[in-house]
Amino acid sequence: MVLKIFFPRCCNMADSGLLVGRWIPGHDSAVVLAVIHYPFIPGHVKKYLSELRSQIQVDLTVLGSWSLSKDGQKEMDGFLKDLSTIFPHSRWLQLSREPGKKGFACEVVRKNGHAPPSGEEDKIIFVHYDQRKVMLSQLHPIHENGADVESSELRAVFHTVSQSEPLFLLDKYDDGPLKLTHWQSDGREASIIVELIKQVSVPVCILLTSLVCWWKWLWSFRVLNIWPVPFISSKLSTCVQAGYRTDHFQTVFSTRKATTHMDFMKKANMFVSFFVDIALGLLLISWLYRENRISQLANTLVPAADHVAKELQELLEWLMGAPAGLKMNRALDEVLGRFFLYHIHLWISYIRLMSPFIEMILWYVGLSACLGLTFALSVLSDIVALLTFHIYCFYVYGARLYCLKIYGLSSLWRLFRGKKWNVLRQRVDSCSYDLDQLFLGTLLFTILLFLLPTTALYYLVFTLLRLVVVMFQGLIHLSVDFINSFPLFAMGLRICRPYRLSEGVKFCVLHEEPGAPLHLLMEINPLQCSSVLQCYRTETSGCSSRDSWLALCKKLFVGELIYPWRQKTTKTD
Amino acid sequence: MAEKEEFTDISGKTIKLSCQNYSPFCREFTISSAKLSLGRVMAFTCTVWLLAYTAFYLTQNTAVLSGAIFVTLSGMLLHIHFVKVDHETLLVVGSLGVQLSAAYASGRESTTFIEMSRIKDIVINEAIHMQTVIYYLCILLKDPAEPDGVSSVVPLFQSSKPRLNCLVRVYRSCQEIIGQT
Repeated sequence: MVLKIFFPRCCNMADSGLLVGRWIPGHDSAVVLAVIHYPFIPGHVKKYLSELRSQIQVDLTVLGSWSLSKDGQKEMDGFLKDLSTIFPHSRWLQLSREPGKKGFACEVVRKNGHAPPSGEEDKIIFVHYDQRKVMLSQLHPIHENGADVESSELRAVFHTVSQSEPLFLLDKYDDGPLKLTHWQSDGREASIIVELIKQVSVPVCILLTSLVCWWKWLWSFRVLNIWPVPFISSKLSTCVQAGYRTDHFQTVFSTRKATTHMDFMKKANMFVSFFVDIALGLLLISWLYRENRISQLANTLVPAADHVAKELQELLEWLMGAPAGLKMNRALDEVLGRFFLYHIHLWISYIRLMSPFIEMILWYVGLSACLGLTFALSVLSDIVALLTFHIYCFYVYGARLYCLKIYGLSSLWRLFRGKKWNVLRQRVDSCSYDLDQLFLGTLLFTILLFLLPTTALYYLVFTLLRLVVVMFQGLIHLSVDFINSFPLFAMGLRICRPYRLSEGVKFCVLHEEPGAPLHLLMEINPLQCSSVLQCYRTETSGCSSRDSWLALCKKLFVGELIYPWRQKTTKTD
Repeated sequence: MAEKEEFTDISGKTIKLSCQNYSPFCREFTISSAKLSLGRVMAFTCTVWLLAYTAFYLTQNTAVLSGAIFVTLSGMLLHIHFVKVDHETLLVVGSLGVQLSAAYASGRESTTFIEMSRIKDIVINEAIHMQTVIYYLCILLKDPAEPDGVSSVVPLFQSSKPRLNCLVRVYRSCQEIIGQT
């Protein structure tokens, strides 16, 4: 077997002493965590280790001895042998380094006291690791339970190093009974501010949580739950966005401490995206409320809506004639055209009525941007939906009429062939019709068939208009969804501290000398950006799969209503 | 220590295999593929620019020319950074694991390390590529649920695609190390 020793790089030049670490069960490897320097009292070392063991739940032991020899190698040899009898062990490592040489020499002493035959001596791999990076990094994919940790050797190493954080708290300048060498931070300059923020954060969290509770309580009133209100609020993207933000708020400011890594990252991602959102919203406000831009916007909005209505009117008039040289059913064409024209007339008068107030409405609505850019975008989407309500109405009328015709045609086509739809068995059965039934059915079928092109044309034109509006709204929804779900904190961590999120490790050979053990350098392999996105994106409804394009085309062809009245379409069949 | 030999890949281009023996249980195989040929770069640039000049002659729009420059530059950058692999390395360390890395022509490296406990075996496999049958080296990964099953296959030397005689050499050395432990 090959013995693997994971050795911290910071202990390379440490003074002689005892190696503290852990034998990884099931694998032939040892993790060195620190070096305890001479002189020490063995009783103190044992007491300190047993205290640590109960604190961090990792069985730390004395692995062996470390000597950075300068002179007097001979006397040390005897002393090191004596040491191995003091501390209980199954294998005792004797690492030594000479100043001139690059590599270490290593000797393994078995429990029975003699060194193994010389053939096994070169089967030792030293893996040098950066203690700080390994301690802070999180291996992916994440397994939270401890059972998986032991199955993989690297996971066990990472787990051991990250668990032994209390060991690294002991400062080199402390005046204790023991002197240790391990990774230690360069100091804690900002710690006062950090501590203050920690102290303040608890009451702030409690206050904000109670605010959120109060807000939720307000929403749970029965008045707000009678029929039309929940239905309408589920259709308004502003309300949906407010729901998301309330949930995020509750998660971020909950007073429970995030214990697992995923919980922590989720909280941090939400917190950062929340702040960036608000900052962008404030930027938008500072741009919008300067130089009278609101009134300019209002002055362009009303003529634009008017213009759209006028264009629609012209389109209808074109359809009522002979559009693109097509010959339509004159009477039906006239009826449909008049019906839609009346609607546009109603719409124009509605806009005229609204126009004096539009500036004021915009001014107040613009304030919603201080809740975040996503709110402003959602409000914009709602405004677009409200301003193009006439297009939506036309689409619904056209689609309903078209749908009716298609269904009528399909059932009459069955009658035409002497068949009918059996509802009980959910299949098409043959059926013998009377002569007058057949006559009437065929007559109706012919009428419907000849009226179909006129309806289909109106349906086509209004569906195209509707699709343009839906696409614009879809773009806005996509951008809102992007801001809501983008893991900003994880991405920042990936860019600024690549070792924090690791996909694995990579090794490179440091140097090799014939006869001496092999030295490898273990570096952290950072997680790929695409995996960061996949792993840490915040769940929103937009993440779930939507209808496929084929299903959409089929719906359009049959005349079922597409977005947003989706639930109702299932009932109409 | 390092031995260098020349082989050919499946399309007949010369590739270099170098074996580095660090110790009896640690070996590194590097396959360097041919460098980016100047002729191909010239051909690509000339085609794009000729097309751009034709379009410019027809439309008299200078944006076409600047677009062509942009396309050639970004195309070359993307090719160097994401497509063109300079050399691929396989580092086998007995009882620790296998590390595969690919160095792109721009210097970007992508590395994967597979622990020995996850590896079932290293084998040479056959595959149908376009209209030919090719051989490739691959790592079989253990299925954690059932010890005898294979959960997935990781192909090695994916971009250089060496021929069988080269693969056999790498395969023998790998088996030596894996068989030891």
